[in-house]
Order: sequence, then structure tokens, then C-alpha cells
Amino acid sequence: MNQTECAARKAADYKSDQNVRWCPGCGDHAILNVLHKAMAELGTDPKDIVVVSGIGCSSRLPYYMNTYGMHTIHGRAAAIATGVKTSRPELTVWQISGDGDGLAIGGNHFIHAVRRNVDINMLLFNNKIYGLTKGQYSPTSARGTVTKSSPYGTTEDPFVPAELCFGARGTFFARSIDVELATSQEVMVAAARHKGTSVVEILQNCMIFNNGIHNHVTDREFRQDRTIHLRDGEKMLFGKNNEKGLVQDGFLLKAVTVGEDGYTIDDVLVHDAHCESNFLHQQLAMMDGYSLPLALGVIRDYDALSYETEVAAQVEEVKAKKGFTDLRDMILKTCETWEVK
Amino acid sequence: MLENTTIKTLPKVVVRFAGDSGDGMQLAGNIFSNVSAAQGNQISTFPDYPAEIRAPQGSLSGVSGYQVCIGRGVYTPGDKADVLVAMNPAALKTNISHLKQGGIIICDSDTFRPADLRKAEYATDDPVTELKLDEDRTLLVPMTSLLKETLADSGMDQKAIMKSKNMLALGIVCWLFDRPVESVLRKLQAKFAKKPGVYEANAKVVQAGWDYAHNTHASISSYRIETAPTRKGTYTDVNGNTATAWGLIMASQKSGRPLYLGSYPITPATDILHELAKRKDLGVKACQMEDEIAGICSAIGASYAGHLAVTSTSGPGLALKGEAMGLAVMAELPLVIIDVQRGGPSTGLPTKTEQTDLMQALYGRNGESPICVVAAASPTDCFTMAFEAARIAIEHMTPVILLSDAFIANGSSAWRIPEADEYPEIKPQFVTPEMLEKGWKPYQRNAENWVRYWAVPGMEGAMHRVGGLEKDFETSVISTDGANHARMVEARRQKVAHIATDIPALEIQGCKDADTVLVGWGGTYGHLYTAMEQLNEEGRKVALAQFCYINPLPANALEELRRFKRIIVAELNTGMFADYLQSKLPEKEILRINKIEGQPFMVSEITEGVIKHMEA
Repeated sequence: MNQTECAARKAADYKSDQNVRWCPGCGDHAILNVLHKAMAELGTDPKDIVVVSGIGCSSRLPYYMNTYGMHTIHGRAAAIATGVKTSRPELTVWQISGDGDGLAIGGNHFIHAVRRNVDINMLLFNNKIYGLTKGQYSPTSARGTVTKSSPYGTTEDPFVPAELCFGARGTFFARSIDVELATSQEVMVAAARHKGTSVVEILQNCMIFNNGIHNHVTDREFRQDRTIHLRDGEKMLFGKNNEKGLVQDGFLLKAVTVGEDGYTIDDVLVHDAHCESNFLHQQLAMMDGYSLPLALGVIRDYDALSYETEVAAQVEEVKAKKGFTDLRDMILKTCETWEVK
Repeated sequence: MLENTTIKTLPKVVVRFAGDSGDGMQLAGNIFSNVSAAQGNQISTFPDYPAEIRAPQGSLSGVSGYQVCIGRGVYTPGDKADVLVAMNPAALKTNISHLKQGGIIICDSDTFRPADLRKAEYATDDPVTELKLDEDRTLLVPMTSLLKETLADSGMDQKAIMKSKNMLALGIVCWLFDRPVESVLRKLQAKFAKKPGVYEANAKVVQAGWDYAHNTHASISSYRIETAPTRKGTYTDVNGNTATAWGLIMASQKSGRPLYLGSYPITPATDILHELAKRKDLGVKACQMEDEIAGICSAIGASYAGHLAVTSTSGPGLALKGEAMGLAVMAELPLVIIDVQRGGPSTGLPTKTEQTDLMQALYGRNGESPICVVAAASPTDCFTMAFEAARIAIEHMTPVILLSDAFIANGSSAWRIPEADEYPEIKPQFVTPEMLEKGWKPYQRNAENWVRYWAVPGMEGAMHRVGGLEKDFETSVISTDGANHARMVEARRQKVAHIATDIPALEIQGCKDADTVLVGWGGTYGHLYTAMEQLNEEGRKVALAQFCYINPLPANALEELRRFKRIIVAELNTGMFADYLQSKLPEKEILRINKIEGQPFMVSEITEGVIKHMEA
């Protein structure tokens, strides 16, 4: 990255003077504060950052950033962010979307941004509900969810954001929960450092329309048993005393207790976030906190060519090869012309 | 066939090449036009092709045509052809209505086999009689046999040989119009530089066609076409889509803003994307996005990031871009939206021309959403108007829609390649450090022209947020205050209205003392101008007002039009510009001439329409 690195930046440097208007207790507050901190940790000059959002509660976020920002139209943030980054690769571009904005109306732009691997950092706030329109089901709501637009329960299955990301050949996927501040900061920093599209899903609680939707994994009583924090190069261990681990069971994963049923620590898998194959990454990302723990942290971080770099390189290559000085020069050298004297 | 060749001198002549869509008619026509232009003729071309890429060979639906008018005083490709080249019975049948009375037909008599005739749905085995053609003016040339004979020793297979049939026809037409074979050969050499074998075969065939015509005096007359005095300079032949792309590049050079195109393929606008994609060699970033909406949205992102940002499309795509255009209006960002109009609604007639997107361009968005709308008058004017659209967008911080159409986008004319200094500098209104010191706000405006200033990411101290929500006039923070909204609506309206002071005045052409003015806009200019000239020659006093700036109208426009007793708007829709003018000139009755057949006007349709209104 070309930004001016500056270790001495503070979270407050990234905070605008606007009053934050999310509902009291909304998970967005925590995510915003962590983003300020992550940016300070990264140290990128605020003048070199553009935060782009679509429409929805989470999409108000750019107004609370002391950076360049665009609060745009519903679903289109990924396309707009692609334009910012492709035209100015030296800028750091963050994209803020909710599950509705990013995966319903913006689903097409989401998969194509991921496929192109344009270097934007997408924060996907997933509360499994439409909040700003006052409570309708979203593309991540579970089958049977009762909302104002599904009074008898939904009759459709949801997307799993990670599965969609991998289906679009994503190179980076990480997950956190709004209340897991340290994990959120860790994955945001990793996302920014990844060259290519980084998708960060943050499970976020909507106090008003979907309160407690993530309780089965966020509840303090079970959190350590129902989530696993993946770290590259480390054993996949979880539980209150890291007594449990993930092992390979045929083509699938299995949660075991180390020292029981003949499983030793050597059987527990080591996380490799950087490997090219997304086969295991996908299985890890699909764990939902019921039979297997929900995976948090950086699940996939694979280096591949990024779109804006390739576009810029191709422009420079053909410019140098053809060597035209300007439009007229190009026309004179490539078109049939004749003189009128 | 008559024995003696007479030579006629004509001010202009129209030639129409017609054949299967794979027959190479566009290439033959294109070479003929370029050779003519290089000889000092004015040219105007019109390719008329089916939506199917390769319809069944020899069928009526697969016929593709290319019409060119060459000579002096050429503003259109001509209503009807003086010479029709038909490569098969289907082409003959579908194009005969495009031939002038007394015009000449050149066709391949080898294709009059029963199977070909059946495919082209003839009732008899004698097309000449069936179509009531004048035998004296119909040249039945055994083109296929001549071709095979010419290339017998070439070692080429049948299929490869047949590909050169268009060159045989071209050779005949070149003799007819006294075009030197050498110029044709030079063009072929350039085209097939990397395939010397193909060049040699084609060169041989062109010469064979020319010789055949010469030896058989294969004409009722041959023609000498008048040349036109033209401005000194270097010329090339350019179509409207390419000229549009080049105009944008010129604007990028003159504004110092790098050019970004976000687009999605759509007929008939795709060639703009093609050309700009090639022009990565001039630093253009042309990105084919996942859909029309991503095309415009990525352009809006690039605009915010400080680029000259453009999206190109046709009517259905413009409909998809509506919401994003509103964002550009609200965020007050420069953006050029090019709409190459085609027949609608819905998918409509993708390859055919219409002017039916005017209302969509003016009003097709939610809310009070004023956008500057301009239109190009001819293939070469696309260069000027693309430049103008970019200039207005950048200097006035507003989206600008440029309306082109299938007719001028695909049609071509000779164009003098301008020097860069013939075009003005484009001056973006950037936020300055002095403004920052005085407490700049993102929606702060230039008091004179209502324009907000451009702060580009990377600038220290100018971090700001834009977006689709209404902003406070003073503080630029989100505001839902009613009075403030009214004030911002007015500011956006004033900003666009103010552009009227920064565009050329409307020029009334033709008879200044006429009491009838023929009014048009955009791509119909050539036809309207020719109609006006013809009417004046016939002693009917008519003036012409062609609009290229539609919103806002040039400052003098309404005052100029008010002077006329009769205002007649001719357009390729059911009266959109007429309605628009009527709303601004309630005291006048706006008369109309409309056509909505997917084809450009014929000059005769306009002259007849004007006469009808004048005599009413």
C-alpha cells in the first residue's frame, strides 16, 4: 500500500463531528468504534481513505468517519467502491453494507466485486433483518422467520454469506461478532492488509427488530463452546479451556475433545488461511454454532491478482508499447487519412 | 444494354450495397466511401443491418445494406439510391424500394438459381420481370463465375474465393464512378497488411470487376461526381460512436482529468465501449461492468475520485441507470451519460434508429432531478458534443446526458482531425487551500453559477461525505428540513439553468426573413438541412433551427422562435420535443412532422410535411 504510514494516529483522528444516530444498544456502535481503532492501528492517512456505503442502518456509517465518504443508493456500494478503487488504486477503500443492501438488492455487485478481486474492504453487517424499513426478512433470515413481510414465516432458504463469497471465488473471508471487539479489530486490520476483495461478515444485533438473533453463539454462557477463533498456523482448538478441537472425519469436519475417544492433540487440524484451495475454508465457514462451532477470525486469506492493479498495469503496458503522444497522434498512426490542401 | 457510354456530371450520387449479412457489404461500401472522400467528395454513410448476426444465407431477413451519398452538399446518406448493388435475389427484393426511379441495378445473375429464388420467396424464376425492373438499367453480371475464373489459379478453396465477391462488385462500382483502382488497392493493402495472400486475391478481384465493367461498357452512363471545397487539413472517415469516444478523450486531455468509462454492452452503443477499451493506449480506463447499473455506479465512484467519468448505453440501459443518475444529481458530481437511442419501448428495435428517449432523458428520474441534456447532430458532431458534454459536466459539477442515435452512431462522414489547441481548456472548479482556511463546506457554491466545488480524495483537510440524502444548504450535513429542501431544489435547478449562459446561442439557418421555421434536434440535422435547402430552391421561404442543447435551451432560443409565424418540429418520435417546446411557448401552436418507423427521415417526407403545414 502506498498510503502515508503513520504509527502515531489515534482512533479519534478517524471520527467525524457528527452525532451518531443509531438506536441505543445497536451493535453498529461497537463496530464503528472498532473501525476507528483498526484504522488507527493501520495508520493510513484519513485523506487517503474513502468509505462507501449503500442504504440501510449500517450504511449511515460514512457520516461518522473523518475520511472521504459516499453514502449512496441501495445495493450499489460495491459497484461504486469498484469505481473509486479502479480509478485511484492508491486510495484505501472500505465498503459498508448490511445483509439486505449487500446480498439482496446488491447481490449481483457483491459477487462480481468478489470475482474481480478488486481491492476493497467490505464490512458486511449481518443482522438477518431489514431494520431501516422497520422489520422485514432479509436474504440471510432462516427459513420460517416471522416478520412483518412474512407473518406466517418465510418459505425460502437464506444465503450463507461465506458460501456466496466462496462461490464467487473470494480470496478473503473473515467473521466476527459485534460484541467481540478484539476479534473485530483483528479481522478488519487483516482485511485491509489483504490485496483483493476482503469480505468481513460481522454478526450484528438489531435491538429493535431482531433482538437476540445471534444469541446461540453470543451468549457468554456458551460462547466459547459454540465459537472457534481461527488463527493461521494454529491448532483449531476451542472450548472454555481449549479442550476441544476440530479433526478431519472423511471429507467432513468433526468436533472432538482432546484426550477422549482416542483423539490426541496431533489429530487436531492446523488452520492454513493462505492455501489456494477453499475446500476446507468453506467447511469451516459453514459451521453454524450448532453441531460445529461458528468460526470467527480470518478463515481465508489467499493472495491473487487484484483487478485495479491489473487494469493499471495493462494501461501502462499498452501506453508504453504504442507510444502515442495524444489523440491526434493515435488517429494519424492508426486510421486511414487523407490530406486536403 | 446501350452501346455507348455517356458521362454525366452530378452534384451527388447515392449508392446502396446490399447482400447477405456475411457478404462484406459494409467493407465494400466503406472502401468506396473512403476512396470518394479522398477524392474530395463529401460523404455520408448509413449501414442498415439486421439484429441477427448471421441470419440464414440468402433469406430475406438476412439482408444487410450499406448506403453512401457522395458529392457536394452532402448532409445525409440520401433518401433513395441512384445505384443499387444486390448480391443475391433476397437483397434485390428487399432493397428495390430503396432505388430511385430510373436508378441502376447491378446484380449477380449467377444467384438467380431456383433454390436462391425460392429462399427469397419469388413466385417465378424470373426476378427481373417479377419485380418489373427496367432491363436497360439492370446489369446482370455473372459475378460468381467471374470470381471463380479470376481466382482459378489462386489455389484457394471455394469458400475462401466466395469471400471476395464483394470486391468484384466494388470494382464495377469504381469503374462506374471513375474511382481509381489504385486508391482501392492502397486501402486493401492497409487492411490486409498481415495477410498478403488475402490482399493479392482481393486486389485481383477488384481489378477484374473494374476491367469487366470497362470492357463491356457496362453502363448506361458513367458518372463524374462533383467535389466540394473543403477546409485544409488531414481527414479521416469516422462514425458517430468512434467520434463520441474521441471527443471524450479530447475532453480528458483538455481538462487534465483521466478518463474512466463504466459500461455494459448494448446495441447500438457498444462501439463506444470497444473504442475506449482500445484506447487504454491513451491511458483510458474502460471497464465492462456486470450490468448497466454497475456501469454508471462505478463511473460515479470514479467521478468522486476525480476522474472524467462516463457511462455509455442505449434506452433500456438508461432506464436502469435512472436511480444512479439521481445520486449524481444529489451528490453534484460531474458525469457524462451517453444514450445512443434505438427503437423502443422495451427491447424494441435494437438496431434501428429513433429519437424516443428525449422525455426519459429530461424527466426519467424520481424527484426534482434536473439534468443537462445535449444531443449530437451528425456522426462528426458526436465529437464536438461529447467534448461539450464533458466540459459542461466538469465545469458545472453536474451529470450531462448526451443523446446520440443509431443512425448517426453507425453512419459516418469525413472528418478533419483537429489539433488539440482548437478546443478550449476545461477548468474543473477544485476546492483550494484558501477555501479550506475560510471554512469550506462540501455544498458551498460559487455565488455566480451555483456550482459546488470539487474536493478530490487525497486532498488534505477536505475530507467530506456526499450522498443521496438531502443536505443542509449552509452546513452540508443531512437535513430533512422542508424549507432547506426547497432551497436546495432551487439551487440545483438554478445551477442547470445557468448553463444556458455557457453554451452557444441558437443559430437560425436558411431564409432569415421566412415566416416558417423548421425545428429539429440531434441526429436529424442532415435531413432537415437538406429539406430546408430544397424548399428554398423551390422558392418556399423556410428557416431551420436545429437544437443540440436541449436542457437548458440556448438563452436566445425562445425569443428567436417567437419571431416566426409557423413553427414546425420534425422528429423521429410522436412529438416529444414539440411538447417540450410547447410548454415553453404556450402562446404558439407548435406544428409537427413525426416518423416512427425505425428509419431516419427521408428528405421528401420533411419537404412534403412542411408544404402541407404551409398550405394548411
